[in-house]
Amino acid sequence: MAYSDRVIDHYNNPRNVGTLDKASTEVGTGLVGAPECGDVMRLQIRVNPETQVIEEAKFKTFGCGSAIASSSLATEWIKGRTVEDALGIKNTDIVKELSLPPVKIHCSVLAEDAIRAAIGDWKKKNSVAETAPAAVHTAQ
Amino acid sequence: MSTVVSQVEVPAGVSLPIYMDNHATSPLDPRVLEAMMPYFTSKFGNAASRNHSFGWEAEQAVETAREQIAKLIGATAKEIIFTSGATESNNLAIKGIAEMYRERGNHIITQVTEHKAVLDTCKRLEKYGYRVTYLPVKADGLIDLEDLKRAMDDKTILVSIMAANNEIGVLQPIREIGKLCHEKGVIFHTDAVQAVGKIPVNVMADNIDVLSLSGHKIYGPKGVGALYVRRRNPRVQIAAQIDGGGHERGMRSGTLNVPGIVGLGKACEIAYQEMDSEAAYLRGLRDRLREKLESALDYVQVNGSWEHRLPGNLNMSFVYVEGESLLMGINDVAVSSGSACTSATLEPSYVLKALGLGDDVAHSSIRFGLGRFNTQAEVDYVAAKVIDIVKKLRELSPLYEMVKEGIDLTKIQWAAH
Repeated sequence: MAYSDRVIDHYNNPRNVGTLDKASTEVGTGLVGAPECGDVMRLQIRVNPETQVIEEAKFKTFGCGSAIASSSLATEWIKGRTVEDALGIKNTDIVKELSLPPVKIHCSVLAEDAIRAAIGDWKKKNSVAETAPAAVHTAQ
Repeated sequence: MSTVVSQVEVPAGVSLPIYMDNHATSPLDPRVLEAMMPYFTSKFGNAASRNHSFGWEAEQAVETAREQIAKLIGATAKEIIFTSGATESNNLAIKGIAEMYRERGNHIITQVTEHKAVLDTCKRLEKYGYRVTYLPVKADGLIDLEDLKRAMDDKTILVSIMAANNEIGVLQPIREIGKLCHEKGVIFHTDAVQAVGKIPVNVMADNIDVLSLSGHKIYGPKGVGALYVRRRNPRVQIAAQIDGGGHERGMRSGTLNVPGIVGLGKACEIAYQEMDSEAAYLRGLRDRLREKLESALDYVQVNGSWEHRLPGNLNMSFVYVEGESLLMGINDVAVSSGSACTSATLEPSYVLKALGLGDDVAHSSIRFGLGRFNTQAEVDYVAAKVIDIVKKLRELSPLYEMVKEGIDLTKIQWAAH
């Protein structure tokens, strides 16, 4: 299949690849997907405890080019936003930005899940009440 | 900033893109094209025209092709029926035999890693009251002959088992299967599309009654194939599935594709002459590719039997790297993947799953199909490129990182989606 230029750009030059210390209370980790399904995303955020701004975001993804691009884009978008603001990112925004075809929409869903899971993990660690319904997938 | 862009240099004499997907189709051999050309232009006659020289010329060319094909598989020319390709050959063989022998029985035996042209044909027959046994395969991709013996009963009319698999290149024990079939009076059909012209296939020695083959897998043209139908010991009868002018001894009506048939014949002639040296050459390239990949990368595995395998096939899983993302990184190399993302059904390869591989390993598989026109320099480039991209994608892979940290991935509660 033909990939959009935006997908190719993120695949060739993925933003914010890496690992944060998941033991830190400032760090939230979201691990979503499953190896059997062919895609696993791990998205991590470091949140400033004073401002609740996501100061750092890192990801690693096992998956197709669209999955890599979706998670790379997600880290780009959440950096600098507050936690509540980041929860407003919808998978449809990612679909639009990357021009994902219908068969790749699940990649964007997974990226949205990863954001929610990372934020959910951070909230749990810091005893912040859930304000938005989020599917929380806790890393091991 | 990390990057997945490869910096592997292209060696002299290699032009991109490189084609290494010869199980999907193969390039036309220039010698084949040369043989075909006149039959597109001046020699355009209909082989069924009996009353002028244009027809005779075309008929003569078709008969020569029949001889060339028969010689390659140890048959006689009269036993070759021309079709539009192997999908049609498989349909004609299975449906035609099922219909013709319905009174004798309604049981068909095949196996799970067959091509869809066989599996879906069998599935359709199930709707019409036929009973089909789909034999499992062992971890190496081969069927167990004991399973076959046990599956046969007094209603069994046909066994259809492929000679070589299109994904993993695994060779089934067709000679033994054919022997078993003949002992029980059951017809043996083999889809030999990937095997003919690549390894010795002889319908007499291998006890084959009906055999499907295709032009474009052996450096011939697309849109032409053949079905071998045994005429003696036993004489096999097939009910036509396409009605019309009664061409091909009534088994397959339709004006013959003369240029295609000439090309198929020529391709078989070349294969007959060059098969031995070509097989040795391809085996050398394939082994070189495997060694390079295995020596540079951890967590790689060959899928399917190494011993019973086509010379040009290497099917490998690069665990913790998803196949489609790997293909994207090596986009100047044409290979294919068992990953769900590359298939129309969005399911990982059913062939790899049948070997007992987990979906995650199937998602990570790449099929390298080496062919006549590949070179050692190409193999070296492809190996370097794959190694480079796999390493980069593993830097991106959370699974690879976790495994390296000693985490058992099977113990994790994955959130299915």
